Amino acid sequence: MVVGVLALQGSFNEHVAALRRLGVKGVEIRKPEQLQNVSSLIIPGGESTTMAKLAEYHNLFPALREFVKTGKPVWGTCAGLIFLADKAIGQKTGGQELIGGIDCTVHRNYFGSQIQSFEAELSVPELVSKEGGPETFRGVFIRAPAVLEVGPGVEVLAEYPVSSTSVLYSSSAVQIQEENALPEKKVIVAVKQGNLLGTAFHPELTSDTRWHSYFMKMGSEAQEESPSSIVPVGGVDPSFNEKARIDLPIYQ
Amino acid sequence: MAGTGVVAVYGNGAITETKKSPFSVKVGLAQMLRGGVIMDVVNPEQARIAEEAGACAVMALERVPADIRAQGGVARMSDPQLIKEIKQSVTIPVMAKARIGHFVEAQILEAIGIDYVDESEVLTPADEENHINKHNFRIPFVCGCRNLGEALRRIREGAAMIRTKGEAGTGNVIEAVRHVRSVMGDIRLLRNMDDDEVFTFAKKIAAPYDLVMQTKQLGRLPVVQFAAGGVATPADAALMMQLGCDGCLWGPEFSRAATRQEEPERLCRL
Repeated sequence: MVVGVLALQGSFNEHVAALRRLGVKGVEIRKPEQLQNVSSLIIPGGESTTMAKLAEYHNLFPALREFVKTGKPVWGTCAGLIFLADKAIGQKTGGQELIGGIDCTVHRNYFGSQIQSFEAELSVPELVSKEGGPETFRGVFIRAPAVLEVGPGVEVLAEYPVSSTSVLYSSSAVQIQEENALPEKKVIVAVKQGNLLGTAFHPELTSDTRWHSYFMKMGSEAQEESPSSIVPVGGVDPSFNEKARIDLPIYQ
Repeated sequence: MAGTGVVAVYGNGAITETKKSPFSVKVGLAQMLRGGVIMDVVNPEQARIAEEAGACAVMALERVPADIRAQGGVARMSDPQLIKEIKQSVTIPVMAKARIGHFVEAQILEAIGIDYVDESEVLTPADEENHINKHNFRIPFVCGCRNLGEALRRIREGAAMIRTKGEAGTGNVIEAVRHVRSVMGDIRLLRNMDDDEVFTFAKKIAAPYDLVMQTKQLGRLPVVQFAAGGVATPADAALMMQLGCDGCLWGPEFSRAATRQEEPERLCRL
């Protein structure tokens, strides 16, 4: 089974490396034609505005929407989640194009800028029941979005608590102590709808491959009929001539 | 000095929080910038053009390096008000420069809430001998390097991203190529070296042994490496990427051209 990773910008190398750890071949996708050879797709983290711009230029949006419509599994992390959402707020002036597919509203850069980026232990019961392993998952949130609301058909896989006092107001001079008054709100950080998976955090930046194998299982469930493409094992790669990119280390 | 090896000289009270800021989160943003372009901008309008054109981040400056060279004088951190305005005008990450060794400029930039600080040799150094202790900050830093030793020293100080120094403001890519070839060349040398020889190699390049060994095992720098300093055309940018960089910083040559939107768009498509 071949998994495509949209390789316009961002952490596509990290996803390919994570797939390699599972023994799965990841193919970098830059042109619409390449989408025909893959059975599932990962849209990596990065800058969604940059990726949208490049996708437009390479005329990828129609092919991507088609891919989603045919029901093939697609997983978006962070910027990828923004692409897969039906609605996004906090967009740049003038808006940006989305692929759509998951019936939800996503808020770009929900937690703030880099200073507010963080790591958190997330409780993901669905993942633990399907994949086993430790109870929590180390979620790395880098200028992450959050899903504000979901439609009826969307499964919520993980949530993160935020204090109700707005995240946007953070001044070290004035601290409003309201912890007792308002209840804690939770925002959704992982969703699944049919064969579409979206996470606001970056599993590819951790050594925990459970999300990747969860996604692979989604793929193999979808593919009962024997497929399609003859994938060249060693030899000629669609991404000819590219020197193997050496991976960055994973920081714990 | 609590056994962590990092001496907190500046005190953690004033602006920075004492919460842990894991290195993985600092490096994480750089990994999200891979394959992208960071553009120098001097006002919110240029920042908007850069965002429209597909830049993955912007570097907010008051004066572009070419003007600093031409006008001389002392080049300092840009006006915080300008940086705030630029930050408010775009949704992509915003970076800004601080003088080498000037940790208070870095504290100010961190308090403004931008995404990355560039401890830059383009500005007039504030400390001839020492760089900022970047571990003390929650905000990640990008530092320049001319060779592998410098890159690893900056990483040991806490830099989460490295760029080549090149020769900013000249439009001539030769220095950037020299620097990236020096770094990649030393890495290639290191990879083939006997493990026992790494101690002396670390001494020779004046870099911490543990990072030299880590680089040897990885076959690359342990952080994201961008190209900067004189990258002037799409061909230059492609050259730097093929020589081994993960992305580019574009500067004054393009800020001038940024009034015409097509230029930056064309250049981003690499």
